[in-house]
Amino acid sequence: MSRVRTDYEKTLWRKIVRFVNGEKDLFDEQSGFNVETEELEDRRHRNFFEEAELNKKKVQIAELIEERSEETEQRAVKLYERFYRLFAVITCVAIIAILLVTVANLPDYGDPDNPANNEVSKKYIEDGIKDTGAVNIVAGMILDYRAFDTLGESHVLFIAAVCVMILLKIDPDSEKGKRFISLENDRAYEPKNDPILVWATGILVPIIIVFGIYVILNGHLSPGGGFSGGAIIGAGLILYLNAFGFKKTERFFTQKTFSVVSVSALLFYSISKTYAFFTGANGIHNIISKGTAGDIISAGLILPLNICVGAVVACTMYSFYGMFRKGGL
Amino acid sequence: MDLCTNFPMFSIILCLMCGVVCSVLKKNMARYVTYGLLTVLVVLSAAVLGYTVSIDGSFIYQMGHFGAPFGNELRAGVLEGVFTVFFSVIMYLSVIAGEKHIYEDVEESKINLYYTLICLMMSSLLALTYTNDVFTAYVFVEINTITAAGLVAVMGNGRAYFSSAKYMIMSLLGSGLLLIGITLLYDVTGHLLLSNIKYAVVTSTIKEYAEPFTIIIALITIGLSIKSALFPFHSWLPDAHTASTISSSAILSSLVLKAYIVLLIKIYYRAIGWETVLETGVNDIVFVFGIMAMIFGSVFAIAQKDVKRMTAYSSVAQIGYIFMGIGIGNAAGVVAAVFHIFAHGATKSMIFTSLGGIKEVSRHSTKLDAIKGAGYRNKVASVAFAVGAFSMVGIPFFPGFVSKINFADAAIDAGGPKMIVILVALAVSTVLNCIYFFRALICLYTPVSDPGGRLTEEVDNTKPTAKYIGAMAFFIVANLFLGTFSDMIIKLITRGLSMFS
Amino acid sequence: MQAVIDYISSNLFEGVAIILFGIGFTTLFLHPNLIKKIMGLNIMDSSVYLFLAAKGFVFGRKAPIVTDGVAEMESYINPIPTGLVLTGIVVSVSVTAVMLALTIRLYWRYHTLEMDEIMQIIRKEGK
Repeated sequence: MSRVRTDYEKTLWRKIVRFVNGEKDLFDEQSGFNVETEELEDRRHRNFFEEAELNKKKVQIAELIEERSEETEQRAVKLYERFYRLFAVITCVAIIAILLVTVANLPDYGDPDNPANNEVSKKYIEDGIKDTGAVNIVAGMILDYRAFDTLGESHVLFIAAVCVMILLKIDPDSEKGKRFISLENDRAYEPKNDPILVWATGILVPIIIVFGIYVILNGHLSPGGGFSGGAIIGAGLILYLNAFGFKKTERFFTQKTFSVVSVSALLFYSISKTYAFFTGANGIHNIISKGTAGDIISAGLILPLNICVGAVVACTMYSFYGMFRKGGL
Repeated sequence: MDLCTNFPMFSIILCLMCGVVCSVLKKNMARYVTYGLLTVLVVLSAAVLGYTVSIDGSFIYQMGHFGAPFGNELRAGVLEGVFTVFFSVIMYLSVIAGEKHIYEDVEESKINLYYTLICLMMSSLLALTYTNDVFTAYVFVEINTITAAGLVAVMGNGRAYFSSAKYMIMSLLGSGLLLIGITLLYDVTGHLLLSNIKYAVVTSTIKEYAEPFTIIIALITIGLSIKSALFPFHSWLPDAHTASTISSSAILSSLVLKAYIVLLIKIYYRAIGWETVLETGVNDIVFVFGIMAMIFGSVFAIAQKDVKRMTAYSSVAQIGYIFMGIGIGNAAGVVAAVFHIFAHGATKSMIFTSLGGIKEVSRHSTKLDAIKGAGYRNKVASVAFAVGAFSMVGIPFFPGFVSKINFADAAIDAGGPKMIVILVALAVSTVLNCIYFFRALICLYTPVSDPGGRLTEEVDNTKPTAKYIGAMAFFIVANLFLGTFSDMIIKLITRGLSMFS
Repeated sequence: MQAVIDYISSNLFEGVAIILFGIGFTTLFLHPNLIKKIMGLNIMDSSVYLFLAAKGFVFGRKAPIVTDGVAEMESYINPIPTGLVLTGIVVSVSVTAVMLALTIRLYWRYHTLEMDEIMQIIRKEGK
């Protein structure tokens, strides 16, 4: 009887259900996919997070659960849950009701006479090509008219990367990190060289990366731009990493690559925008030519800025993944 | 055009660039870069302040080749100048006073990342003060949120992660409300620049959308007050302040919370119009929650046994003072609230950094029974704590006293039931402040018999560093300056606020 | 009844966006599970982007990319909300990454994803 039950608990569906329900087995159970590596991963896990501390925690959690099973506690929890449900429903309904009434009084959907369709959007559309040289008016707007927002936004990504590093990076020189490095074999986390994955990746990744570069370079001519193209390239890199493992990617992408690329891209961004802001505010003529609208080399600074943003986004996406996986690049 | 008008833009971009560069430097180099940056910022901000005072007005700085309403803008007036000088000075002092603790608390290889976050946090504080555009404000609000969460989580223990997560969640709720508020505001006015929004509000455009407009003001107000820990949303604040290193605590309570209030005042005055806010009555709601925060924050503070946590709860109460001042609804109230931003900022960062010094000589604890006699072990820190306590309680010649007097004046101006409520709340809150701050002070100066000599042994190798003493001395001087030359500051604030509309 | 039909026909996208916003906000605010909180956060942000996109739309006009040389306001929708959505998406991606990193850390440390359980463990440890 119990055997049947454990099998049931180990099925993929149950795992998904438990993951969606947010139960506790998100990381521990993953090794179940590969029996061979289970022990290794367990060892690594324990070493890294300090066995003694871990055991202590486990005992504490067990104690906690024990305590929770006491009847009074149970009743309190139930009461809390009921209260939580009630409160959640009330909040949700109140917010929705207030905002739905508000929405009814807003300008009509799709009406050309709305206050938002004013001289600002008129200027962006009618003079966009003359002012910025970009055929894609949205690109012209975010990288030229309202460039300060976008400058802040690319730094938001950088800050997020820094925060993720602070949280998850493992220092190879520290005690903890040394033990982690000595175990090293991060392929334990990865699937074995799966022929389907390797072959498919071999075909797909070049296409994905070329497509990403295309999207970045045509940011001022067609839908897309630095952020979308960068995200595509980042996804391509992550796919490559999943198929071939960190050993291969480390040949061309390390912590140093990340620092050099993102720092130089962001510095170029800041400096070129300082130039644009300074000349703009002081009424100095901007010497950067706009080129012929529609050409690939046109639109002044928008193309180089798109490339910078794309580089930063691709590096950041890849670094998020690397940090989540093994605490380093 | 004068060169000084470029300084706001230069200072923001300089912060961003220094932050980016710090992430690849070694820890000491990153520290020097940060100190250099903060020195430059103090000079630049002082220059902007001097310039605006000398021309007796404000200026708009157009970011790029396209003027209003097409491009982004920065705006600097006297009030912005005072705020940025204040922000840079307090940031500088907090970082210097906590330097030793940063090196102890933060993991070796992540110290440069800590300084990166400091630089980027500074950029967001400056941008929130200078910006003239609601969407830029939203972007920098998010920068502020993420950097603040990073500054808490950098301690690297479970409690820090937990409080950082809690802070993020509360803060993101605020951001969500702020974002939808900004979206609706754009929808009914068709502009993103504060001055153009105001123009649309004043002219007839807004009249048919009066109902949504009230909701918009409420959404923006609630969003920003969640972020600055107004009373019912304060639960993250004590955790975050207790769990982080002392520089982070000081920065969180005296700068991060204040930047959102600055933005709120700016939106009220420059985008929506103070009269419109008063018509909708949103300020009354703010007033009620402010009063509740004043009382409950102090009551919670009395219940604490840890001085750091107690100080954090006292921050909840002081944020209540500021919102109460905004909620009174007359000009004097806002002036008092702005002055209290300075008073509380200067005092609270000093108290937090002084607690760092006290902690060193009290077996690395700030529990009330552990700090007994610390007044004789670390004299500088204890004197600074005493000055801070006097200021928060409201002893004459300290900044807290001046702001209390101003609040009372504003209340008498307002008259009616609000006056009675404010005066009673001020009295009750002062008594409660007295109870917990003097209890801590008495503990601090209670001589302890030390038979085993254990304490003295520990004291010998934890002398405060010269930098720490210097920073604390500067803090004390700054507080006394705020308390004694308050007339000048209040004149500047009044002038700055009159430039807002 | 007619009023309801009118409401739905004229405010379909905004209404849906608001309902999603309420759901996301409540999940982020009140659900104890961290992963679900992050889901709520993303639902909330996406709903605002849907709202913005709906507000930028104008009947009978196309996306603001000038391909045939005609640059007239009458043929393109409002480009500003689109730009704001682009900026907003990047911000919400960054915030999500930081929240996920925090969640991993908390899970490594406390072996649970429920905020209330973590709080109880911390309280127990503090004693």
